[in-house]
Amino acid sequence: MLEAIGVGSMEELFAGIPENMRLRRLLDLPHALTEPELIRFFRTASARNATDYASFLGAGVYRHHVPIVIDALISRSEFYTAYTPYQAEIAQGTLQAIFEFQTYITQLTGLDVANASLYDGSTGLGEAILMAHRITTRNKFLIAKSVHPEYRAVVATYARNLGIEVQLIDYTESGRVDFAAVEKAINSTVAAVVIQSPNFFGTIEENAEISALAHKHGALSIVNICEAISLGILKPPEGADIVVGEGQSFGVPMSFGGPHVGFLATREQYLRQMPGRLVGMGEDQHGRRAFVLTLSTREQHIRREKATSNICTNQSLCALMCTIYLATMGPTGLRETAEQNIRKTHYVVQQIRARTRHSILFSGPRFNEFVVQMKDDFASRSSRFQRNRIIPGLHIARFYPELGNSLLVCVTETMQRDQLDAFVKGLE
Amino acid sequence: MTNDTPHPRTSLHFQINEPLLFEEGSPGRCAFDLPALDVPEMAISDIVPPDLLRNDVAGMPELSEVDVVRHFTRLSTWNYHIDLGLYPLGSCTMKYNPRINERVARMDGFASAHPYMPTELIQGALEIQKMLETCLAEITGLDAVTLQPAAGAHGELTGILMIRAYHESRGRPRRIVLIPDSAHGTNPASVSISGYEVQNIPSTSRGTVDVDRLRERVTDDVAAIMVTNPNTLGIFENEIAEVCEIMHSRGALVYMDGANLNAMMGLTRPGDFGIDVLHMNLHKTFTTPHGGGGPGSGPVAVRQILEPFLPYPALTMKSGGSYAFDYDRPQSIGKMKAFSGQFGMHVRALCYILANGPEGLKEVSEIAVLNANYIRAKLKDAYFLPYDAPTLHEVVFSDKLQTHFGVHVGDIGKRLMDYGFHPPTVSFPLIVPGAIMIEPTETESRQELDAFIEAMLAIAKEAETNPELVKTAPHKTRINRVNEAAAARKPILRWTQR
Repeated sequence: MLEAIGVGSMEELFAGIPENMRLRRLLDLPHALTEPELIRFFRTASARNATDYASFLGAGVYRHHVPIVIDALISRSEFYTAYTPYQAEIAQGTLQAIFEFQTYITQLTGLDVANASLYDGSTGLGEAILMAHRITTRNKFLIAKSVHPEYRAVVATYARNLGIEVQLIDYTESGRVDFAAVEKAINSTVAAVVIQSPNFFGTIEENAEISALAHKHGALSIVNICEAISLGILKPPEGADIVVGEGQSFGVPMSFGGPHVGFLATREQYLRQMPGRLVGMGEDQHGRRAFVLTLSTREQHIRREKATSNICTNQSLCALMCTIYLATMGPTGLRETAEQNIRKTHYVVQQIRARTRHSILFSGPRFNEFVVQMKDDFASRSSRFQRNRIIPGLHIARFYPELGNSLLVCVTETMQRDQLDAFVKGLE
Repeated sequence: MTNDTPHPRTSLHFQINEPLLFEEGSPGRCAFDLPALDVPEMAISDIVPPDLLRNDVAGMPELSEVDVVRHFTRLSTWNYHIDLGLYPLGSCTMKYNPRINERVARMDGFASAHPYMPTELIQGALEIQKMLETCLAEITGLDAVTLQPAAGAHGELTGILMIRAYHESRGRPRRIVLIPDSAHGTNPASVSISGYEVQNIPSTSRGTVDVDRLRERVTDDVAAIMVTNPNTLGIFENEIAEVCEIMHSRGALVYMDGANLNAMMGLTRPGDFGIDVLHMNLHKTFTTPHGGGGPGSGPVAVRQILEPFLPYPALTMKSGGSYAFDYDRPQSIGKMKAFSGQFGMHVRALCYILANGPEGLKEVSEIAVLNANYIRAKLKDAYFLPYDAPTLHEVVFSDKLQTHFGVHVGDIGKRLMDYGFHPPTVSFPLIVPGAIMIEPTETESRQELDAFIEAMLAIAKEAETNPELVKTAPHKTRINRVNEAAAARKPILRWTQR
């Protein structure tokens, strides 16, 4: 090959790199491992992560049953080793699957259009904020304090240099956003009111009044959803202009926080201000149904610095997992899963109330999470939980110091009765 | 299709048509299996107020497991993918994705780890991340790494926000970021979201940054320059050290888009030639699969002066050898993404690095450059080469010789499909009209390269002898060209009941 190229040595191929910039030693990296060694190395590392615990962790990442067909199908290299479907003629599989994802998201959220997915829920919320900023040309956002704290942190990073101001809206004893505080804060400078439902405490919000109030002041209503399974049984947020959220619950592994998948849906009228890829249905030159990436004039590779977002990718493979999950579960399976989450969570709440002295905070209706405030020092119980292989939930003092010694507890359909009872016993 | 001779690489095989999910199914079919409820079955409306509950999701199909499996299997057969053959997309680094990456990322301890597990229960995940950070720092010659960014463009945004935070800490953020005209579109888009103004820097006739013009343009208002090296023409910016020096002398920083890192592993290191901050694409250089458009992963490496500004938390090793997150990072730009980044991609990338070792990674870059230069040598008589400078891992031709016959770059790309190949990157970089950007990567054999070269030469000939054939291509694909303008004029973005 060197001869064909017309050079005498490999060295000559790198003549373009100035001599004084060449690395004249080997990289200081571990020496190469063979396949058996790699398996051993990663198996050892993997074993240092606990897998035999009954975990009551949720807070934006949920353990649900993942149907086996998902991994079987996304492991087809036709899906996972393909590039972005820019060449429609040889990417119809990916394109149709994304179109199906978009359709499912509109069905679930009750909105007109959804994009091909975003990195995750947290960056999705950041994008939703920027989108509302473009639509309204206003700078102020009212964001419920009960929106996931890490999501709010991402919004702060995104918004920081664009003159965007965020005012936090407190929650009430019901766990819901303080409507009176929204009423007080809203005015004609507000771009959007942002809430999450079910919110970080697991409380289900009602958006009808909030969206009506927002619209009265020319602001948008944005609703964030971290627990997508809730859409199988709860009404889509009423009056929302943008529904954005995390799709991990639809069959995507928890995988230590990623890769997950964001979704974003909106009204038809805001379509051209949407970030991210979109797949449209059209025809080829023989009139055959064909799918194609469309409205790319919004995107960075065409618009460069004037693009609606710098985003250049979606989470195609994770969106495919969601699509397969929804196809597998169907409306009935999705509803039954959601119902089990509600019933099991309610059971644990009742048991804690009946059998322990701790308080369940917030009176509003819940989906699959709740906050329990401990009446004693938790540290003494911690070793017992550890011994019984239970992770009892997330300490939220880091995010909400005002709630003191409180745990955010999540109960999904994957938890069995004996695990629930052992957890409650640990709190007695 | 007329006068089309069959090519030895391809033959027809059947594909099964398949409607949308929403046009399939039958009431009562189901593919799910949920254990019976083992707590008292209270009425849902006694737990959640009925006015909050919805009816079943309208339009959602009911399918059996076989329906689902057949549906997606049939769809999958309509895709081109790297396991099928060469995928010469310039700047996209479509290389083979080793199977072992997939195996290890699915190990239970990784796939089922929750990001809020107590750190003593996730030492394995933290060890993987720390080790990857260390490897990436060594490969780039930089001091510290964040794995948080979700993709390349997200890494760019992270890097530019850090540059801004750095300047702010020194008094003022400055106003302008310079970008060469050959840059990726994400560069200017990331810059505007960071609140900076974009100014373009022209390239020289050699295809590299015009250093004289740069010198004139750098004022105290310039925060940074964003360069891609090797640039999007595949040319190493041979004056990069000088570029860095000019920027640094005015207190400005140098950002490098690491999209083309595949050309330089173990051969030269950005940190050594003066780069301050750089993002990598694990889905390009480090073989995490592209997934049909994501998930990606875009770690960012920085010089020590930028380390305080990295997204929080930092991953640290405590005395005693255990790993922990450090949230006490007062100068941090904040969170770029919830949790710890695209962890599943981190596992795969580390697996790739460990499988190759220092010698292997160097060889990766060498072969990538060899393969690209082989294609360049074999095609340079048939296709116009707008820049003559030596190139590394990719080569950019143009359609100049073919436009004479009315054949444009897009047509050449489409015709390649008939020969059993994915088209190269077309019409980019923007500084080359009708650009044909080819990056074969190191994972292609000489036989595969020769088949591609043969196809390209045949198309060049067809452009002369039978341009119509090329202009109406592809002829052997499932569908032919889509009327994109019509699709955009009246966008149909979801299925609805007729």
